[in-house]
Amino acid sequence: MNPVEFFFNKFGITVSQIERLLAEALSKGGDYADLYFEYRINNSVSLEEQLVKSASKSVSQGVGVRVNVGEKTGYAYTDEIDYDAIRRAANVAAHIARRGGALRPIAVATAKPSRDLYSVAPISEVSVERKIELVKEADAVARSFDRRIREVQANFLDEYKLIMIATSEGRLVGDVQPLARFGVVCIADADGQLQIGRAGGGGRYSIDYFLNTLTPRKLAEEAARQAIVNLDAVEAPAGTMEVVLGPGWPGILLHEAVGHGLEADFNRKQTSAFSNLVGQQVASELCTVVDDGTLPNRRGSINIDDEGNDSSSTVLIESGILRGYINDRLNAGLMKAALTGNGRRESYRHMPLPRMTNTYMLAGQDDPQDILRSVKRGLYAVQFGGGQVDITSGKFVFTASEAYLIEDGKVTAPVRDATLIGNGPDVLKKVVAVGYDLQLDQGVGVCGKDGQSVPVGVGLPTIKISELTVGGTK
Amino acid sequence: MLALEVMDMAIKRGATAAEVVVYESTEFSVSVRLGEIETLQEASTKQMGLRVIFEGRQASVATADFSDNSLTQLVEEAMTLAQATSVDEQLVLPSSDDFAREIPELRLADASFEALSTEEKIDVALRAEQAARDTDPRIVNFEGGGFEATFGKVTMVNSLGFQGSYSGTVFSLTTVPVARQDGQMQRDYWYSSARHFAELEKPESVGRKAAERALRRLGARKVKTVQVPVVFDPLSAADLLSSIFQAVSGDSIIRRSSFLIGKLDEIIASPLLTVIDDGTIVGALGSRPFDGEGLPTRRTVVIEDGVLRSYLLNTYTAHKLKLKSTANAARGVVGIPSVGPNNFFIKPGQHTAEEIISSVKNGFYVTDLIGFGVNIVTGDYSRGATGIWVEDGRLAYPVEEVTVAGNLKDMLKGIEMIGSDLEFRSRIAAPTLKINLMTVSGE
Repeated sequence: MNPVEFFFNKFGITVSQIERLLAEALSKGGDYADLYFEYRINNSVSLEEQLVKSASKSVSQGVGVRVNVGEKTGYAYTDEIDYDAIRRAANVAAHIARRGGALRPIAVATAKPSRDLYSVAPISEVSVERKIELVKEADAVARSFDRRIREVQANFLDEYKLIMIATSEGRLVGDVQPLARFGVVCIADADGQLQIGRAGGGGRYSIDYFLNTLTPRKLAEEAARQAIVNLDAVEAPAGTMEVVLGPGWPGILLHEAVGHGLEADFNRKQTSAFSNLVGQQVASELCTVVDDGTLPNRRGSINIDDEGNDSSSTVLIESGILRGYINDRLNAGLMKAALTGNGRRESYRHMPLPRMTNTYMLAGQDDPQDILRSVKRGLYAVQFGGGQVDITSGKFVFTASEAYLIEDGKVTAPVRDATLIGNGPDVLKKVVAVGYDLQLDQGVGVCGKDGQSVPVGVGLPTIKISELTVGGTK
Repeated sequence: MLALEVMDMAIKRGATAAEVVVYESTEFSVSVRLGEIETLQEASTKQMGLRVIFEGRQASVATADFSDNSLTQLVEEAMTLAQATSVDEQLVLPSSDDFAREIPELRLADASFEALSTEEKIDVALRAEQAARDTDPRIVNFEGGGFEATFGKVTMVNSLGFQGSYSGTVFSLTTVPVARQDGQMQRDYWYSSARHFAELEKPESVGRKAAERALRRLGARKVKTVQVPVVFDPLSAADLLSSIFQAVSGDSIIRRSSFLIGKLDEIIASPLLTVIDDGTIVGALGSRPFDGEGLPTRRTVVIEDGVLRSYLLNTYTAHKLKLKSTANAARGVVGIPSVGPNNFFIKPGQHTAEEIISSVKNGFYVTDLIGFGVNIVTGDYSRGATGIWVEDGRLAYPVEEVTVAGNLKDMLKGIEMIGSDLEFRSRIAAPTLKINLMTVSGE
């Protein structure tokens, strides 16, 4: 589907209306304006206690109007995609500029994204019955995995989002962004002692991906296995020690420890612990970290960002040296930096901010087994829950949901959930080994900033950190 | 009324029961930085959600498109989905005798919402920031801060005869200053939130407290790993209490996902602890005349002198557990009712915060928590923390990059002192709390 034609046909919007709306948005003297059109369908099916207790569908639609003047932003939105409603919003947003001025003509021309990363048959068109089969299969697989698996929750969420962005610089561009996520939670009960295991994944795929690759069986077995493993978990250690992170989702380390701190808004305002560190060493020379929105079908990938600019792959840290920041239009302009295609927003109700896409570390040379063997006493963490960072002090946390003790080079007992805490600007300086086994996560990441959530990805090879504080109890 | 029309359409189309919610809101927000407006945002929205039950199966749909075509399609889609889900024998709507009959006056809406000018709103945000800058020259920057005003209206109807509507306003003022000294930067925040503009804390007070909180973090360092008493300040204690809410929520109980399953009428906490959920407090942020299923809100004693007296329930979770709803149904525009807090709080104790701190010989006063390290299923608790070390009853030096860890079962029983300083800054609120022993992990 052509997203620009979709908005024109469904809502009767025309190029000349868009030009007029942009001109009105700038009528009080703004420097720049854009219109963000969004139409989104969200479906969900969820199962618990072996019953499909609910299915839902919601349709949301609206337009956000943004006006920039210097460092200031005016924003207004409407959930009516209609000329008069957008015009009212444009006049509200225009007021951020108080210079006054006249209507000046703006001409927009249709552009096409230069990438085509996820042209797939939309899952939103797949019948609810087929999605129900997936969650029921996950339930059956998890329950047959071990008799101690006593509760299974499985949910399948899919989204079909059409966006169109028109800018006062004359660009009119759209994108169709499909997204799906399949999640399974298992509760194990061993004589009243409970444990939980979670697995999930997805991306910008068709239903075939869940039938052939990330199958209900794979996710159910992973969640069930984790719950059963954790039944034997011992108290997590407390204190600073060597930590080995497994490949894939543990890349959330990069997202929290360095990713947020490298978003351009914090650096322009000098509130980040990374402010003014471009060109300096912020990691060991083993570390190269990129933010890449151009990987086909990944959860964090985008053909264009929510300001209409092409996504890109940006080197953040190259062999330990900080190279650059993650930008949106406003901050790139104010900092005289190149656009990186990272201006993202949760919906038409939100103004764009510099946000990550897929953030990962490139593979190194080491054998993951050798890395584990090199640890005398430490923690091997392979799965994580969420994380968080204080941008200004640089302190970040992430919580291990599956982790093991390493004793004399051997992986031994599983440990209970523990939060790991470190300092963003120097944790990567303590990376002393990087494996050759880079993996991207399965596609579950949701990143929150200023009350806005966007889908992201992370990736990591096995790495060893010479010292990190583990927040256990023993 | 549109909501009634859609409900009737669903019943005509064959639904056994139907429930419609309409959420309308008007939002204004301004953020400021270094004496200038940074962003200004304004909008109004309206959304409708429909939940249908068809022969024991349920489904839900939502839209913001109120055209005839769209609403007809909405009903069709709900019915299609409701034919695909499972028959759930436990699925019931509230009994029609139990619905809220009258809407009590809870003072949820401020009549001055419309009259407040954009200039006044910008002014309070700027004054709060200026007060933070005036507190100390080491306040050099801001990571955020501003003023928000929201008006919301909830309308709900169902096919068992319930019809209700109420409106509310919320105002909030926040300042997030950055303090700098000897190359170290520290950020903290303070905020005030209220249903009436006149009840907000003064901008000068918000700014000054935010600055003091950021300043006292300067020079923060790590400490050695140790087991000590831990005092949670009211914001951190409210954060801790939100984990207790998860554990007593009927959703967690029926999913076997709580360490408090099967503990009703058992001692689960120190005898000092009483926890209450109350949706009827006049003018409070978490008050509402009826819950997300139309039941009148009430006061529920959840933990009484350390004994677990009640879970928090909606109709479905109550029915599953053979209990009565506590009117804690939370209803988004789409989806089925979940369980949410009304005003969920710890009953204040006898001690001032100073008395609690002075009772600690060697321990940790927590002022900020980060991360998601709470496992409600097992009770394992491990969070990133910032705060101040306590030596001989005195605040000694700031601490960062440490974790506080324990298990909620032990932490609840280990509550030794409860402060008198409860304030309803958000719908989950707590006074200062002292826990006898936790692991602080650092060097």
